[in-house]
Amino acid sequence: MTVVRSELKSLTREKAKWMYEKMCEIRRFEDKVHDIFSKGVLPGFVHLYAGEEAVAVGICAHLNGKDYITSTHRGHGHCIAKGCDLDGMMAEIYGKATGLCKGKGGSMHIADVEKGMLGANGIVGGGFPLAVGAALTAKIKKSGAVAVCFFGDGANNHGTFHEGINLAAIWNLPVIFVAENNGFAEATPFTYASSCTNISDRAAAYNIPGVAVDGKDAIAVFEAAEHAIERARNGRGPTLIECKTFRNYGHFEGDAQTYKSSQEKEKHLNDLDAISRFKEHILSMRLLSERELNDIEEKVEAAVENAVEFAEKSPYPDEKELLTDVYVTYQ
Amino acid sequence: MTRKLSFSQAVNEAMKLAMQRDENVILMGEDVAGGAAVDHLQDDEAWGGVMGVTKGLVQQFGRERVIDTPIAEAGYIGASVTAAATGLRPIAELMFNDFIGSCLDEVMNQAAKLRYMFGGKAKVPLTIRTMHGAGFRAAAQHSQSLYALFTHIPGLKVVVPSTPADAKGLLLSAVFDDDPVIFFEDKTLYNVKGEVEDGFYSIPIGKADVKRKGTDLTIVAIGKQVHTALKAAEMLTKKGIEAEVIDPRSLSPLDEETILTSVAKTNRLIVIDEATPRCSAATDISALVADKGFDNLDAPIKMITGPHCPVPFSPVLEDLYLPTPEKVLQAVAEIIGDETIVAV
Repeated sequence: MTVVRSELKSLTREKAKWMYEKMCEIRRFEDKVHDIFSKGVLPGFVHLYAGEEAVAVGICAHLNGKDYITSTHRGHGHCIAKGCDLDGMMAEIYGKATGLCKGKGGSMHIADVEKGMLGANGIVGGGFPLAVGAALTAKIKKSGAVAVCFFGDGANNHGTFHEGINLAAIWNLPVIFVAENNGFAEATPFTYASSCTNISDRAAAYNIPGVAVDGKDAIAVFEAAEHAIERARNGRGPTLIECKTFRNYGHFEGDAQTYKSSQEKEKHLNDLDAISRFKEHILSMRLLSERELNDIEEKVEAAVENAVEFAEKSPYPDEKELLTDVYVTYQ
Repeated sequence: MTRKLSFSQAVNEAMKLAMQRDENVILMGEDVAGGAAVDHLQDDEAWGGVMGVTKGLVQQFGRERVIDTPIAEAGYIGASVTAAATGLRPIAELMFNDFIGSCLDEVMNQAAKLRYMFGGKAKVPLTIRTMHGAGFRAAAQHSQSLYALFTHIPGLKVVVPSTPADAKGLLLSAVFDDDPVIFFEDKTLYNVKGEVEDGFYSIPIGKADVKRKGTDLTIVAIGKQVHTALKAAEMLTKKGIEAEVIDPRSLSPLDEETILTSVAKTNRLIVIDEATPRCSAATDISALVADKGFDNLDAPIKMITGPHCPVPFSPVLEDLYLPTPEKVLQAVAEIIGDETIVAV
């Protein structure tokens, strides 16, 4: 159980409402994609974010439209928390013309640059230098924006992690590196693949703050993010936040997940569930009523159903789209 | 004796035979076993690679020789270079060839250079197995065919098999070759079956295979596109045109003689390569024939390739991206001057 932090003034009623709605949107969206995928309707493969909602939402609760995020192959949750349109996301996953990337990117590459969402990414470790670059723009243009780099535990052994964080540190850039440590890089445990006990310990090597929080506690993430983002906005440089979490589904859909123990799965899907815990908090803090939360759940349910309907009714891209958005073609 | 094996099973069998033959052969890569150091996991429940191609090897050879790596391609591909140079014979798996961006230095400046740069005093018996190819709805960063990139670099051998039998024999050659070999496996071929000899056999790297004999035109096709060529050839038979289909099997070294000999007989050349069209295997093979076989050509060389764009995600666009037998027929119609061919 997490201690209720009644002193956390920034967690206003409006903020709590937004957070609950976004967490529910992510969960419902991902559960829906899971169902649809199992029917063989979707092309390719998908990596679902369900279970990790508290991370994307707890962090993005402090971001505005000018701020940037970089994401991963498990990117749907980041997209939703940064304000991407559910219809456009679902259509993208279906490969439809109305998708956020016109159907040309797919699940692993959903992006909405106007919203500061610089793309899900098919390359593990791809996001570190990309977040650094966006933060460099913010610093040079004095826009006041920050960049958040979401990454998984698998990426923390990648060279780009070290190069990216070092650059952000020496240039004192407004970047928040957010590790989503769900315990497994694909099928390989974090404890096997990483020499450190906590990813956040690695911050010491770059002389920046590193904190580890319960990544299934939205309020803990919210609080850690508040400090780090404020620090970055005030020109005091990057922070590394490690959120210890768990993914409810496999690495990709179809993964039998034999590497997870049944006790571990049971514990995370029930007692430690991020949404139930956040709901309990906001009810006990009297920020929102049961009735209000139910209304949010119904609204989210309808929004996700609409997104599926929108995606299914949308057309596939026109053939000429094959050769748009390339600088030059040779025919 | 032969049996029907899938491409995936043939690759798996080659690795098993190589590891049985030589204890210096090790396998490493991301989740090649899977679930490292998970107490409750039995080895037979382990992934055996993201596509199951290395399944079962950890049971037979143990985690000392089937080594899961962190997601750190520069680290473990680099380590495999000197593991090779100092006495092992590693098979390193680069899950998707698209991930070469994370470790190109280790391949291009280290593996490829050591033997020459050190005056012949080093050898690098390393095999890098890697997945390539479009058609899997895997989008732009998991669908490329980057064999031309490696073919460009002296010091590397580049193998692109099209059938299970070739995959097995060529992989065994690759593992026991004393130079670094990049071994491409098309992810959409893994479930394709074919007759495969049991036991240990190897197919020399640098020897093309004539997959179909013909007299009227030569089709050189790379990897999976050999099957596109064979389908087109069957369709052309109905028009009385006999195409000769050549599978180079390795792009470096390239069997120039087999290609030139065929073109000398047929006087026409089509190259099918699903990779993008510039600085590609298709342009390379076309240049070879234009240079050394020009006098034998009765028509312009035609290349059927992917377009100059990233591989799109949407199925309708990805299907347009790939070569098809129909596109081959269109090219044949142009070089033979008979538009009725496309109506076959």
